Amino acid sequence: MRTKPKADCNGRKFVKVFTILEKHGHKPSRLVPILQAVQEEYRYLPKEVLTYVATALDISPARVYGVATFYSHFAIEPKGKHIVRLCDGTACHVKDSIPILDAIRKRLKLEGKKTTTDDMLFTVETVACLGACGLAPVVVVNDRVHGQVTPEAGVKLVEEIIAREQS
Amino acid sequence: MSATAAVKTLTIDGLEVPINGERNLLELVRKAGIDLPTFCYHSDLSVYGACRLCLVDIAGRGIQGACSTPPEPGLKIRTQTEEIREIRKISVELLLANHERECTTCGKSAACQLQDVARKLGIQKVRFKPVHEPAPVDRSSLSLVRDPNKCVLCGDCVRFCSEIQGIGAIDFAYRGHDAAVLPAFGKDLGEGECINCGQCAAVCPTGALTPRQEIEEVWKALHDPTKTVVVQVAPAVRIAIGELFGMPPGESMRGQMVAALKRLGFDRVYDTSFSADLTVIEEANEFLGRKTKGGKLPLFTSCCPGWVKFAEQYFPELLPNLSTCKSPQQMLGALCKELLPTELGIEKKDLVVVSIMPCTAKKFEAKRPEFVKDGIAEVDHVLTTQELARMIEEAGLRFTKLAPESFDMPMGFKTGAGVIFGNSGGVSEAVLRYASEKVTGKKLVNPDIQAVRGEDGLRIVEIPVGEITLKLGIVHGLKNARTLAEKVRRGKCDLDLIEVMACPGGCIGGAGQPVSRDTDIRKLRTKGLYDVDKNMELHKSQENHFVTECYQKHLGEIGGKHAHRLLHTHYHNRRRMIGEDIALGDGPAADKVQVKVCTGTNCFVKGSQHILHNLLDQVQQKELQDKVDIRASFCFENCDHGPTVSVDGSKIHWCSPEAAQSAINQKLKDK
Repeated sequence: MRTKPKADCNGRKFVKVFTILEKHGHKPSRLVPILQAVQEEYRYLPKEVLTYVATALDISPARVYGVATFYSHFAIEPKGKHIVRLCDGTACHVKDSIPILDAIRKRLKLEGKKTTTDDMLFTVETVACLGACGLAPVVVVNDRVHGQVTPEAGVKLVEEIIAREQS
Repeated sequence: MSATAAVKTLTIDGLEVPINGERNLLELVRKAGIDLPTFCYHSDLSVYGACRLCLVDIAGRGIQGACSTPPEPGLKIRTQTEEIREIRKISVELLLANHERECTTCGKSAACQLQDVARKLGIQKVRFKPVHEPAPVDRSSLSLVRDPNKCVLCGDCVRFCSEIQGIGAIDFAYRGHDAAVLPAFGKDLGEGECINCGQCAAVCPTGALTPRQEIEEVWKALHDPTKTVVVQVAPAVRIAIGELFGMPPGESMRGQMVAALKRLGFDRVYDTSFSADLTVIEEANEFLGRKTKGGKLPLFTSCCPGWVKFAEQYFPELLPNLSTCKSPQQMLGALCKELLPTELGIEKKDLVVVSIMPCTAKKFEAKRPEFVKDGIAEVDHVLTTQELARMIEEAGLRFTKLAPESFDMPMGFKTGAGVIFGNSGGVSEAVLRYASEKVTGKKLVNPDIQAVRGEDGLRIVEIPVGEITLKLGIVHGLKNARTLAEKVRRGKCDLDLIEVMACPGGCIGGAGQPVSRDTDIRKLRTKGLYDVDKNMELHKSQENHFVTECYQKHLGEIGGKHAHRLLHTHYHNRRRMIGEDIALGDGPAADKVQVKVCTGTNCFVKGSQHILHNLLDQVQQKELQDKVDIRASFCFENCDHGPTVSVDGSKIHWCSPEAAQSAINQKLKDK
């Protein structure tokens, strides 16, 4: 089910890393925008690429790792093909967002601290606030916002994707 | 005092205190005789202001951190108010809540600042529950143990590693309640670029970073009747070990220390200063040889294993500039293993060599494959000054009351030159004492060479020796070493000899020494070593008749074949960290040509990115994706020949895009 990268896909991405580094003049002060751009390419920050970035910017890999783990926007583990973000800001929380999360995680068999399914199809995360409190509780699936979601509706959203992937 | 306009003052707890260029209020408060608690303040490092313990109440400004507030005339400061006491207590209580409080079994027990501060603040109960889940203890390093469960996130270790050593092997990772101090990518310390200097452990206020202990192995050897156990002691140990038994810093406890070692059961007690004298002779001759015959200069010293690993990782092209001399520890180890089995009529495998060092990197050095032959190491175990003190305590010896004893001969005999090896500038001075007589042929009347002495981390001195002037660089702290090494790399350095020690003040400030936050202690220890030198009859390595005899009986010519086999070594390029390659195709297949382009620091600088880019383009243009697998690799450890590309396992050095392409084309044809 996991889409196999095209033969030269990784190579192209890596060449893109060169361009990103050059665009930012190999400046250590540009680390955050560089990491953002690298994540755009890879959808996460592979350790080896981070080592390469550290080498190219002449800063210690531990520092790059520190920055990459500080911001929750950066992912250092690969994310699933579909990203489900559940808002757990104050408004959504009081509107019972957690039962939705529990239902989706149960449906996807995500246990403990795991956020990505074994088949790499889904990553389920919570975010602090999406600024759509009027629609609470809110679930965002692949950048599409769904308002007033119930646990059942949340599970349905996921199941629709599974059905599409299997067809 | 306020009457004289020239003196600016402020008030601390009602006392008027003059301001004399102190960098922050904390310095001033401490000068006024009030010891505010701190975790994250260290006078060698930048101000961090995170632990919130050195709080003071400034009239009109409220509660501020003393470490991060500059002194200003007229400020009215209170250091003890009910509110401040309460805040300090809560801060420490919160730290204690998440701290693994197994004090009785902790390596830092009795030297722990958290323990000390908690006691001083009178904390009797921790009201908060821990939120941290236990994390595994990292024992991967040969020199250090990292226990994240004891970390208070003060960042002293992080700042020392990056600000003084210029490495950054560890840093903060994650955030908020998940924040932790970690090596890159959460890997183990032993896998990364840590050079084992252990200064992180020396500044760590708790037991989160501690020197790895080898006490049990040494006891085992001592209690084994089939083993003969000899010990060597580095010069810096004798003037520091007393501190752990209530003696003042810098006081030489040589006699008591030797007596203690004999009582612990060591069969022979030798002095690493003996082999330091030997090092001086070998190294000075190597240096003069290079100087007169136009060899690679400047010559870097190589006694400091932290610096050696640093050079291997970051300055591969300068490795030919490193003295090939082994460190005194390894020289003595090699001599013991070579000579003692015959002398004592025992088998080599039954001889155990232990060394007592002020250093944690020596533990790593002893295990370097260069120093282990057929499974037999030159030095079997390395203990720190701290560990020796612990063994003495364990044996119940009243250290200061022991009747002094002498080192065993011949390898316990030394001159003052071998003793001052333990402080920054000492190796240079010792080499100069030898070189000057060798060059001029005249006796050096006053052996003290004040010009090379000093505390600065980077000193450049010119010393006239006969007709010539020698230009020396003396550094401690590897960031300073990096500064000079960069100059050498760019060909902008006219120095002849560069002495490098990783630790502040040299070995006397090593991480195996008794822990102290007082940086003045380094001055006292240095003075202690110079005093020992002063009190000796001989000050020049060439006057050590046991060394001369050693050459006559065993080593032959200075710098000769036999001396080289026993006393010299070689270095190799070393990757900064263990990492995986970056696969740039869809993965390997048996029938593909496997191409790896090195993108380690050195090859990167030499343009490996260009080669990689070029090869990826070619593969795409010629649609070779199914036939060629390209990977970006991290360091083949052939840096001096970089950029390096490997095609089906055979390496192409000084590679160009064209060279790589033609090698790939050849392989494709062959298939």
